[in-house]
Amino acid sequence: MCLAVPMKLLDIARNGFGTAELDGVTHSVDLSLIDQPAAGDYVIVHAGFAIEKLDTEEAEARIDLFGELAESGRT
Amino acid sequence: MKTDTIQLAHGGGGRLSRDLIQTEILPRFGQGPLRDLPDGASLDLPDSRVVFTTDSFVVRPLEFPGGNIGNLAVHGTVNDLAVCGASPLWLSLGLILEEGLPMPLLRRVLDTIRDSCSACGVGIATGDIKVVEQGRCDGMYVNTAGIGTRMPGFTLSPGRIRAGDSVIVSGNIADHGMAVLAVRDNLGFKDGPSSDSGPVHRLVSAIQDIAPSIRFMRDPTRGGLAAVVNEMASGLPVDVRIREADVPSDPRTRAVAEMLGLDLFHVASEGRVVAVCDPAVTAEVIDRWRKLSEGSAAGCIGTVTAGSGRVVIETLAGGTRLLDVPAGELLPRIC
Amino acid sequence: MRYIDKFRDPKAAAQIRDSISLLCRQLEEGGRTLRIMEVCGSHTMAISRYGIRSVLGPTVRLISGPGCPVCVTTPGYIDAAIELARTGALILSFGDLLNVPGSMLTLAQARSQGLGVETCYSPLTALEIAARDRKRQVVFLGIGFETTVGPVIAMVDRAHREGIRNLSVLTAFKRVPPVLHALVTDPELKIDAFLLPAHVSAIIGEKPYQVLAERYGKSCVIAGFEPLDILYGINGILQQALSNQVRVDNQYNRVVKPAGNQRASRLIEMYLQPSVADWRGIGQIPFSGYELREQWSAFDAPRRFDMVVPEGHVNPGCRCGDVLRGVSTPPDCPLFGKACMPSQPVGPCMVSSEGTCAAYYRYERPGVKPE
Repeated sequence: MCLAVPMKLLDIARNGFGTAELDGVTHSVDLSLIDQPAAGDYVIVHAGFAIEKLDTEEAEARIDLFGELAESGRT
Repeated sequence: MKTDTIQLAHGGGGRLSRDLIQTEILPRFGQGPLRDLPDGASLDLPDSRVVFTTDSFVVRPLEFPGGNIGNLAVHGTVNDLAVCGASPLWLSLGLILEEGLPMPLLRRVLDTIRDSCSACGVGIATGDIKVVEQGRCDGMYVNTAGIGTRMPGFTLSPGRIRAGDSVIVSGNIADHGMAVLAVRDNLGFKDGPSSDSGPVHRLVSAIQDIAPSIRFMRDPTRGGLAAVVNEMASGLPVDVRIREADVPSDPRTRAVAEMLGLDLFHVASEGRVVAVCDPAVTAEVIDRWRKLSEGSAAGCIGTVTAGSGRVVIETLAGGTRLLDVPAGELLPRIC
Repeated sequence: MRYIDKFRDPKAAAQIRDSISLLCRQLEEGGRTLRIMEVCGSHTMAISRYGIRSVLGPTVRLISGPGCPVCVTTPGYIDAAIELARTGALILSFGDLLNVPGSMLTLAQARSQGLGVETCYSPLTALEIAARDRKRQVVFLGIGFETTVGPVIAMVDRAHREGIRNLSVLTAFKRVPPVLHALVTDPELKIDAFLLPAHVSAIIGEKPYQVLAERYGKSCVIAGFEPLDILYGINGILQQALSNQVRVDNQYNRVVKPAGNQRASRLIEMYLQPSVADWRGIGQIPFSGYELREQWSAFDAPRRFDMVVPEGHVNPGCRCGDVLRGVSTPPDCPLFGKACMPSQPVGPCMVSSEGTCAAYYRYERPGVKPE
């Protein structure tokens, strides 16, 4: 518990749903649990619901950290 | 009188049955042995060393991105012949249709069967149609049996597999299974992957002149790569080590798998070959396969070592784990 | 798939592995070992799927806790679901539950007998079906931890607002903090540190875990489910242990906010109240579950159908409980790999795709362990 994947929000509808996308595959996603979702946001999707936004700045910072590890060989 | 759905009488042997054959079967398949509708096809085969196989096809939904039950049924049997080292020649076509099946759907499937046969260079030699009451089959079940003649040079058997051999796959895995699953009711995916349903016999004939160096081949259908590799290794004094990072897959197929929590190794392909070969010909096989459109993503995914019939994955994290035979139904999970 | 693939990079994994080895050696020199419990089935799955145990030495022991809501589902719950199907209701379930043994049957077996059982990816499917066919009773099997509770309750909230009257939920929600508390105070278990769940934490935040560090002195890392997240999380726990630090370290801060998802929490609070819950193999833990508040009883399947969820019958040879509490490993169970295997499971630990026993059997079976 709990399988969830980061997906990009393509668009928002008025009824609390949006369209989320991962590598070209799209799926309707319920946005009831997200504050002020916007197209272009990344969200974590579990069972067809966005359960939280992905903070892409933090994500990139961590990707950089792991990238540096891979290069430098220090932790 | 044209009807727009299949009725029980279409399978009854009477007027409606004959009409169905005349309007839908003969125009598409009537140029060869079927022309005069004999009870059995008399075939002249170029060789007496014949390979004979059969398979039945049950898929829901009947139509999916990349094909329908029709091309699945043609390719499935053509491929079974091919991975046995045979050139496919003739298919039989058995159809069990559900009362109420829309005629346009049937026609689309028959068109696909005709086109796939033509592309594979095989003919429909004989066939049969039955109709069952509504609710007694999922729209349509198809059986194809196939005859091919042995290509000289191939001696394919798991027993020939040796430590040091290479494991090669002809392209992206799991596309078919994910494509079909993604369009099931209750799942709600759009723009999902396409089935890889396609023939593999050109891949096999492309390596015919180095056939003695090929130990074994299989197409990874039901149960996916996991089923095929476990089947190869089972009972032999070898392990098969697969490098996770080297297994090719399509991004959309991966995306659906991620969302549903499924393991690509367990999911069917319908247009791929897994081959075990002498390491000396690894580069040659890959090179020849990549020159064909159906083998453009071919690659070496693993090695055979001494062992005890296990399949071991070298994971992205640098660890190792066993790849087991899948349990059964592919069930999406949330955990 | 950048935000997935980048967290699976083999080169970075190699470096973190080296760091872990170094820290393990330092720990060994101090005469210490470390027992880390991970309490999320998704962590159990990922650890087994990526072979992470095979890269840790004997100094660090990764123990799987009761973090699989499927595994801790009582057989009585499955029996109740089948009972509801017998009334003619359509049962919608996550795929995870299909092969969990009830006292007699699994849901898959009930389905093959003609009872109305279907799987779905999202609880919204239950709502769609109920809306389409207003005459049919639809029951959704609401299992899961806080991550899933949010979505199920959001679905119920939609049903309420849309006036759907033929939908109800058979709940077996479980809460993570109370079970952690039960584990950390269990004298039989000697847990030194916790690898905390990624997405439960996204809902509940960091605060509920502080007590583990402050009162019980356990080092904790909240980690994502990708291999780099897990390896780096284990590395972080080792660093805490070696510097004798004890804190809750949120290493999944790209998703987990310190206060969690307040919107989800408010919705959960509106519909649900904490209740006692029955954890298979552990027993009853107060406040460790959720039940629908009285004013929402129309959505509660047992109250709507006037039935009680039975206790159900557990095979006496089954050691799932000990495995779930981290007291035994799957190989310690006499049934493991013999009477109990994925094709014929005795208990949910073997059946659930993320159950500890299933993960061991599929990936690490003793006697055929890769290295």
